[in-house]
Order: sequence, then C-alpha cells, then structure tokens
Amino acid sequence: MDLFEYQGKQYFARYGIAVSPGDIADTVDQAVEVAERVGYPVVVKAQVKVGGRGKAGGVKLAHDVNEVRLHAGNILGLDIKGHVVHRLWVERSSDIAKEYYASFTLDRQNKTHLGMLSAQGGVEIEVVAEENPDAIAFLAIDPVRGLDVETARRWVNDAELDEAAREQAAELLVHLYECYTKGDCDLAEINPLILTPDNKVHALDAKVTLDENASFRHPEWEEFRADEFEDPREKLAKEKGLNYIGLDGTVGIIANGAGLAMSTLDVVNQVGGTAANFLDIGGGANADVMASALEVINTDPKVKAIFVNIFGGITRVDEVANGVLEALSRVDISTPIVLRLDGTNALEGRAILAPHLNDSLITEPTMLDAARRVVSLANA
Amino acid sequence: MSIFVDENTKVIVQGLTGGQGRFHGLRNRDYGTKVVGGVTPGKGGSDVDGIPVFNTVKEAVAATGATASFVVVPPKFASAAIIEAAEGGITFIVCITEGIPAQDEAITYNRLVEEFPGVRLLGPNCPGIISPGKCNIGITSGDIALAGGPVGIVSRSGTLTYQALYELSQQGIGQTTCVGIGGDPVPGTNFIDCLAAFQADPETLAVMMIGEIGGSEEERAAEWIKANMTKPVVSYIAGVTAPAGRKMGHAGAIISGSKGTAQAKMDALAAAGVHVCLNPTEAGQKMGEIVKAL
Repeated sequence: MDLFEYQGKQYFARYGIAVSPGDIADTVDQAVEVAERVGYPVVVKAQVKVGGRGKAGGVKLAHDVNEVRLHAGNILGLDIKGHVVHRLWVERSSDIAKEYYASFTLDRQNKTHLGMLSAQGGVEIEVVAEENPDAIAFLAIDPVRGLDVETARRWVNDAELDEAAREQAAELLVHLYECYTKGDCDLAEINPLILTPDNKVHALDAKVTLDENASFRHPEWEEFRADEFEDPREKLAKEKGLNYIGLDGTVGIIANGAGLAMSTLDVVNQVGGTAANFLDIGGGANADVMASALEVINTDPKVKAIFVNIFGGITRVDEVANGVLEALSRVDISTPIVLRLDGTNALEGRAILAPHLNDSLITEPTMLDAARRVVSLANA
Repeated sequence: MSIFVDENTKVIVQGLTGGQGRFHGLRNRDYGTKVVGGVTPGKGGSDVDGIPVFNTVKEAVAATGATASFVVVPPKFASAAIIEAAEGGITFIVCITEGIPAQDEAITYNRLVEEFPGVRLLGPNCPGIISPGKCNIGITSGDIALAGGPVGIVSRSGTLTYQALYELSQQGIGQTTCVGIGGDPVPGTNFIDCLAAFQADPETLAVMMIGEIGGSEEERAAEWIKANMTKPVVSYIAGVTAPAGRKMGHAGAIISGSKGTAQAKMDALAAAGVHVCLNPTEAGQKMGEIVKAL
C-alpha cells in the first residue's frame, strides 16, 4: 500500500523523524485554518499518489490568507495525471540551504537491505543514478544486524553531506531504518531531506510503501486504508481479499496464482484478445472467494466474456466449481464464462459443473483452447 | 536421479494438525513420500491418520530421523517454524506459506545463511518440490507429474509449475525433479541453485525454466547458463502483457534498472542460448522436440 505524503509524514513522526508542522485540509476553509495555526508562509501541497505534482501546479507557496485561499481553491479538484486532488497537506514553509536524498528498500539480488543516500537531493533520484551514480552512497545492511549510529555516521561522511548536517542526519537515518524495518515498509524514502540555514535537518517529503503482508501486526494501518481514494472495483476486490488490477480490454480474467494470471493475460493477447483485468484469487481460495471474484468482474461493463483459468494446487478445483455455481445463483452474470480446470481435485470439480454447462458456461480442456474460445466470444 | 529429495527422504510436516497441513501432508504420504511425523506445539503424542505428532521439531527428528520438513503454518508463525526446523536438525525445509512479511523473510534468510550454512530453504510462497515416483513435498498435485525423467523443471510461479508438469506429462515426457522456488522477494533457493543441481545430475538431460516479471533473477540465471550449462534449457517468462509499475517505488526501480521486464529477461535468456518460448504450451512442445532429438 502506497501512502499519501501526509500519511508518510505521520508515519515518520511516530518513529521520531523530524517533519514540518502541518495538517491535512479537504476544503479551502480548512486550509486557511491550518495555515493560521502553523504560521506563514505555508506550502499548500496536493495529496496524490503520483510524481510530478510541482510541475502540474499541485504545490504552491502562500504568504497570507488570500494566497492560501487562491492556491487551495485551485489545487482541490485539480487533475494530476489522472489523479484528482481531494485533499491537501498544508505545512509551514522551510528555508532550504541544502537538499539531500535518503531511502531504504530491499535489495532482492543480495537479499539484504539497501540504503541510498545522496548529497544531491530534490531531483529525481533515477536521473542522479543515471547521470552521476557516484553521487549516491549505497549501503548494504544485514537484516539480522541492522543499522547502528556508528555505521550511519560513516555513511553520511561517505555521501559527503555538509558537516553541519552529518550528526543529525546519522541519527535521522537510524530512525528511518527503524521505521522501514519495524514499520514494515517496502520503501521508505525522503526526497528531499533538507538542511535549513539554521542547521536543522528534517524531512520535507515522504514516500512510503507498506508491506500488506505485515498488516496483521499493524492495526494502526486501518486509518491509512480508510483514506484510500482508489478505483471502486479495486476497492471492492481488496475488501474481498483479491489481487485485482483493472485494464482496458474485454476479456475478464480470473486465475489462481500471479504467474498463471499473468500467463493468462499473455495467452489471451497472443490469440487476438485483450484483458479487462488481472485477477489472482490467490492460493487456497474457496468457493466464496471464487464467487466474489466473479461478482467483481461482473461489475465491469467492458467485460464481454470471462476466462476462469485454474490449475489447482493448494486451491481445490471442486471448491472453485462450487464457487462458480454459487456466484451464478447469487448474481446475474450477463457474460459467458469459459473455464479451464486442472490440478488438485480437477475431476471432482468438472463433475460438479457438468450438469450446468450450456452456451454461457463452457469448459475447455487446455489453456490455449479456452483462450481461443473466450476471445472469439468476446470479439463476437 | 533426482535433485534435493528422493525415495529415501524422510519428511516431517510442521502444521500437520491444521486444515492445509493435514490435507496436503496426507496427500504427500499417499503419493509415496516418507511422511514420518508432524509437529504442532501442544499436540505431541497425538497422531494424524497414523502419523505421530510431536511438540517440537527436535523431538520429531530424534524419534524419526527426518531430514526434510514441510512447513505449512500461517504467515505470522512461519519464520519461527523455519528457524526451529534448522535448529532441530532439518537440512531441507520447504515452506509453502504465502503472505510472510518481507522483513521477516529477509531476517530468516540471512539467519539461515549465517547460522545454518548446511540448510537449504525452498520458498516461502512456493508449491514445493516433487521428484516424480519418489517424493512429493508441498502442494503439487502428484498425478500431473510423470516419473522417469529426463527433464528437470524449475519455476518461480506456483501454478505455472503445475502447467509445466502438465504440458510435459501430456506428451509422455517424464521429469527427474520439479522445483517451485516461489515468487517472494527473498526466496531461499534460486534459479541458479537448481540449474547447478540439474547440470550435475546425470539423469537430467534438459531443463525447463519458468520465470516471471520483476527482479533480476532470470537475468542472473541467464549469465550462469551461458558460463556453465551444457544441457539444453527451454524457458517461458510470464507477464509480457502485464501492467507495469504498480508496486515498485523509485528506490526499487533503480535497483532493477532496465532489468525486470519480460522482454529484458527473454533477451538475456536468448543471448545465453536458451530456447525462449511465448507461452507454456509452446514451451512444452519445444521441450518435446528437444527430448525426441536427444
């Protein structure tokens, strides 16, 4: 789960990372109230989960109440790369002497954590990595040992941060690492991390991705989830525990396992169709999950035919078959369904469906046959 | 021969008394796997369909001589179960659990490397391993595999592992061993571990490799194949048409660089002399041609 900037800053603050005083605002009046409270000048920032907010006019400096009204009014409702702004973050403006970059993420290749620190922050770090890779100090961290302040001190020296920033930055990095590990982040990134003219180091932005697998030990994440403004179908799917991503095509896809789901997209594409979605019902899905998956896809008006591609392992095909029947009894599914069922309890599953097969509930013996059939139905 | 597990491998199931553990543990035994015990804290002394249950891995190993463990417990207990297996004397751990936090996986992997260098972890979030006719540990449906070789399979995706087995078995082509390494961020066993084992196994004559988008494991495997592999390799990479960039943040994008797309992986594999196929069926047919010509 990607956090909005304001959520990331709230999360950082819990781990003792300094951020600017500020608050959220959903209306112009709220923005004024926050600005009066934290003191001028303030920065009014659009809260969207997409980069390039500044260039799109989503980040503005305001020196007085009139400017806050003007900018908040303009930014609320603004469309930034398809993301409409519903919420603002208003914070006290900081004077900036230097901008740095800091992040932690998992290095999948080395199976360690990777810290990245640069004295050249405030710009896209991909550009720095491309044009001047020596400007980034990489630090491999053994997850068992963690990051201590001594190591962090050497690291800020290697990155050649300004002398005045080093000690504060080293301590902040230890806190950021704690946020990243104990806070179960996939990514914790500050860009820019700033040094002010009066020699204070703090986070001016926050980019945090939480690892959903760790939700069970973070009840406090509920509040972040409540503020997610996402595609209603993706929201419905998430509530049902499904891994759904909406696409533009006409073939609704349900598969078990991310690999098979991706492969199903590939094969549908190869035989001349287009996928309306990616939907992985996960391992061990039962009848209820299968029924929910069909219900989610059924709400998509683009879908002309549905391809259910199941190769049972921990998922049992008889459960899947029962789920299909349950869905058909629960909701009116208007498009034909083509099923391909193999693996654990496949014979039992096919037997359950056999008496119900007709022109809109079809089984095919192989993945390719099923793909051809569903694409011909969708394109008809 | 087979790699990692064979007809003599004795297996305990951590979580045998749970719903999934019982279902798959008993299926593994029915397949012919030597499932010699189960472990569930507090349920020692009981049994599951005649399989004795122990309170700890240590007790189970002492009583049964098991060397392999099948970990089928919920995500929040999985890391502790893996470490307990290693401490208890197990040397081959298969963990199928899906949904383990990445931070836990990173710590568990590095603890195994540092404290238990002789232990191999397969998974987590993998379908397990099957040496057809000999041993099946995990959730693979045994009836889709065919004994006798000569093909080895290694796959990052669970369900595509079954698809690969199925495509070969349909043509009457057997498998030596099929290893599902899992698609989680920190897999205990990677492509290269399996490719090296297949290269060293005299009965494996060709290898099917199933990858997917993300990370750079397939590219690293391609480099290894180019330098070391003399046996033919057929590959399929899932996700050519998958939506990109939904999970990775900026920092992640840098580590993988231009690597990570299906096309980059297919290009790297093709450059290493691998037969790159566009879907599982095509990969199965290509392998059919290769096996016929052996």
